[in-house]
Amino acid sequence: MADGVRPMLMRLRRNGVHVGVFLLGAWAWAGGLLPGLLEQRDDIAFLGWQHVELVALSGGAAILVGVPLGILFTRPRFRRAGDLALQTLNVGATIPTLAVLALSMGLLGIGNGSAIFALFVASLLPIVSNTMAGLRAVPPPLLEAARGMGLSPRHMLFQVELPNSLFVIYTGIRTALAINVGTVPLAFLIGGGGLGELIFTGIALNELGIMLAGAIPTALLAVLVDFIMAQLQFWTIPRGVNPLR
Amino acid sequence: MIRLHQVSKTFPGSTVPAVDRVSLEVPAGEICVLLGPSGCGKTTTMKMVNRLIEPSSGDILIDGRSTADCDVTQLRRSIGYVIQQIGLFPNKTVEDNICIVPDILGWDRRKSRERAAELLDMVALEPGAFLHRYPRELSGGQQQRIGVLRAIAADPPVLLMDEPFGAIDPINRVIIQDEFLKMQAQIRKTILFVSHDIDEAVKMADRIAIFRDGRLVQYDTPDNILAHPASSFVSDFVGGDRTLKRLQLLTVRDAMLADPPRVRAADSLKQAVATMEENRHQTIVLVGPRGRARGYVALQAARGAAGTVGENHEALPTTIRPNEDLRTAVSTMFRHDVSWLACVDEDGMYLGYVTLRGITRLLSETYRDG
Repeated sequence: MADGVRPMLMRLRRNGVHVGVFLLGAWAWAGGLLPGLLEQRDDIAFLGWQHVELVALSGGAAILVGVPLGILFTRPRFRRAGDLALQTLNVGATIPTLAVLALSMGLLGIGNGSAIFALFVASLLPIVSNTMAGLRAVPPPLLEAARGMGLSPRHMLFQVELPNSLFVIYTGIRTALAINVGTVPLAFLIGGGGLGELIFTGIALNELGIMLAGAIPTALLAVLVDFIMAQLQFWTIPRGVNPLR
Repeated sequence: MIRLHQVSKTFPGSTVPAVDRVSLEVPAGEICVLLGPSGCGKTTTMKMVNRLIEPSSGDILIDGRSTADCDVTQLRRSIGYVIQQIGLFPNKTVEDNICIVPDILGWDRRKSRERAAELLDMVALEPGAFLHRYPRELSGGQQQRIGVLRAIAADPPVLLMDEPFGAIDPINRVIIQDEFLKMQAQIRKTILFVSHDIDEAVKMADRIAIFRDGRLVQYDTPDNILAHPASSFVSDFVGGDRTLKRLQLLTVRDAMLADPPRVRAADSLKQAVATMEENRHQTIVLVGPRGRARGYVALQAARGAAGTVGENHEALPTTIRPNEDLRTAVSTMFRHDVSWLACVDEDGMYLGYVTLRGITRLLSETYRDG
């Protein structure tokens, strides 16, 4: 009997979700929200694409710079520099992202460039610190065994250290991208594009429809990015070191 | 062959050497156990062989070649290495773990995977079931077996083992030790084996090197270490029951009187008594037509009695195989309250007998000669 209950509950839950989404949609339509959003669809598509571009450029750059930087700071010869870097990063992480944006504008002026730079800096911190934390948490016996068997430093990095810290590194990237997607709307304030334009325009004009035309896609985008990252994390980390599998 | 010549190590910031002018030679194909309390320098000595620790002075030669002249990664790839914490790579399957050194040496992939399967077979782990598992899906004992296989995968002539079975429960440890000795009988590696357990050392070693405060205090065969400890430190370390430990080193065959006189069922008791008196034996074993041990006749009971042996013998309380160790033999005697045991082979053929007195004589021989 217990075998029958679980699938039934699952089915019920899935049906419940469907019904809930339908009711929400119906309410949105009746309240004139959805038609309002549809009117904005050209803007949503254009600004949404800009938004994605900002995330991809700044986030991508942060990953490409952050992971190697994290690796570098954990190499024996940079060990002391690494400690210092980690402390600096921890202090840096307490600076609000809005302040980072403002500082970046002060440095680079108004425009897309300074927005991307600020987002890059804000995403860099969790990636570097998680990469370092992951690499430092690799159990010492693994390193001793690897060294004793004659693995070169490069072999050790790619066959032992990175695979065994991948889960923590991914977590850092996920955190960074979540911060990134959530901060992009603020980039509008320093002249970047993105869905923030709709949100802030909506607020300024007191137009709920315009504001939601920015807010809802931003929220969906955040969920989508996190979903993609979760899938990547699930499928690309070897089963032996993947707590999710 | 591994040769250490006047090897010393003083760690930076210390005035006392951790290893002090150690010289020893391990002949090819033998197991040398480095034994001593913690902090005695045994692990440091071992790690200097594959240069995980660089010696401060002295020479280490493997097959006549100084390790200082070798490229350090090449050197390590030619030396198997097993550690107590095992250190299997959790991100790799059993197969890939075993093949790490072959892979970095650039072996043909098919050849190395075949070898992995062969090796698993050697330790009685079903290749089909284990090759594609991950370390976290194995028990501790299975993990350490894989750890040993990984060390010998590229067929290095020399093996370093740092308390390899120390973290395994006592029951599995004995099984793995036996398994390893059986494997060693086939692969004949030259092995440096660090341990702090005298029983393990006695069991595994061809030679034992006992360390104290960085110095080698005695280097000899297990039996000589137990019978003739060089100092009070060694005798304390090997324990007050060291003579009993020597029993493990000897087999029933060593103490057995082979091919003694015997009687058959048709012989008369008179004949049996005559044979016993002639050889000054207290008992004699009755064998069947093909030589199987069937029973025995005691001198006291047979003297003056009439009839054949077949009608008047007693059953043997138990028998023992010649390849059992003497500890088992003595224990069997105590359990059955007898002072001698008949030795038989797998088919039950009578080979000879072993007595408590014979064992005592054998153990004390070394003292008389010296």
